[in-house]
Amino acid sequence: MNTNSNLYTIIYSAIIVTLVAAILAFASQSLKPLQDANEKAETVSQMLTAAHFAEKEELNALGNDAILTKYKENITAAFTINAKGEKVRDLNKGTESLEAIELINNLKPQNDKLKKNDLKTLELPVYVFNQNGKKITVVPVYGAGLWGPVWGYLAFNDDMKTIHGAYFDHASETPGLGAKIKDEPAFRALFDGKTVKFENAAANEDVFHILKAGVARDEACSIDAITGASMTCKGLNGAINNWLKAYIPYFTAAHVESNETTEE
Amino acid sequence: MNAKLKETILNPIFKGNPITVLVLGICSALAVTVQLKGAFVMGLSVIIVTGLSSLVVSSLRKTIPNRVRIIIQLVVVSLMVILVDQFLKAYAFQIEKQLSVYIGLIITNCIVMGRIEAFALGNKPWPSFLDGVSNGAGYAMILIIVAFFRELLGSGTLFGFQVIPQCFYEAGYMNNGLVILPPMALILLGCIVWVQRSIQKDLQEK
Repeated sequence: MNTNSNLYTIIYSAIIVTLVAAILAFASQSLKPLQDANEKAETVSQMLTAAHFAEKEELNALGNDAILTKYKENITAAFTINAKGEKVRDLNKGTESLEAIELINNLKPQNDKLKKNDLKTLELPVYVFNQNGKKITVVPVYGAGLWGPVWGYLAFNDDMKTIHGAYFDHASETPGLGAKIKDEPAFRALFDGKTVKFENAAANEDVFHILKAGVARDEACSIDAITGASMTCKGLNGAINNWLKAYIPYFTAAHVESNETTEE
Repeated sequence: MNAKLKETILNPIFKGNPITVLVLGICSALAVTVQLKGAFVMGLSVIIVTGLSSLVVSSLRKTIPNRVRIIIQLVVVSLMVILVDQFLKAYAFQIEKQLSVYIGLIITNCIVMGRIEAFALGNKPWPSFLDGVSNGAGYAMILIIVAFFRELLGSGTLFGFQVIPQCFYEAGYMNNGLVILPPMALILLGCIVWVQRSIQKDLQEK
């Protein structure tokens, strides 16, 4: 047979490509449940790390089931809010079903809405944990780094403005530079105890700053950027500010609420 | 086992090692050798990809139209790489996260395409499979040697377990930060090439 004729070449290529596509589609479909479970455990473990329940490596070593159990033991409420800070839907349905944990892929559409200022259908997740009687609120942030998305979780103390802890992740930042937002525990430790200046939002200023060393700043709401990762840090700074500003109505309401309960 | 087959298997491990002699696949060798675990999984992935791609291409070699053969090879290699990536995502999620883009980049690893072009297109499936596997193994071996030194000197651990006793650190020993960075991987690789060339004199240029 003449394997060099045009017809043969076209038919051959078409068959090979279709075959490969079919194999990949099948593999992707059959492995999806396992991959989703991993993804979910990863998301949960990032939140738990941000809230200082354990270190990320410890959680990874525990395995998926133990991570989800730890989450179930400590979560008190998980829901989404709209732009006015009102609750939209429950994410946990009685903490038993974890079906609705907002995965990182679900944050992107919300981020697009934030960017376009399309606030009507905005739904932002809020996770409230109980840590030895202390209320810890965890919220995600999401934005664009240098090469791809960066995201993370910020855990807040009862006063709804002091950062209890943070964890960040990224899709494709440069290893050794931008990737340090995830790989360097010392970087995320900088966030602990800092205060977010929500009142700055009214003047359209940043509520939190990641700045180069030596730049004049308000120490309480600023941290040092990573050397050699200016663009990643700028992206992260944008992510934190865009998202936290959207949470202001909820945070203000939740703060008032928690003050009322303490007074009682 | 006949001599030719034996040569096919043994040559890529030492005499014709893809990294130290042919200097292929250097990029990933520098990037994923900070820890042994990552290097081990990466090596294993490359073994699987080179072996299976060579096997498939060799089985199809008489039917592949010559004008589009590189594209067909690329499709086969991509298939294997994506399958490996999907399996890692399902069964070794944390390692996949750590290796990140480098698994996908196996597609562009010259060892894979190089062996298909140079060997699989002209040989029967079984020798081609062995050739792919042993080239992958030669690659993996260098990765593991480099990663051994980098993890030991850079983090004081092996496969994540602490091997340098705590009392050393208390006495003032410090992990070498430079070893963690890619330049040191290149220097280590240079040392390996040096050792190999002093053993194997015929590699030395006049």
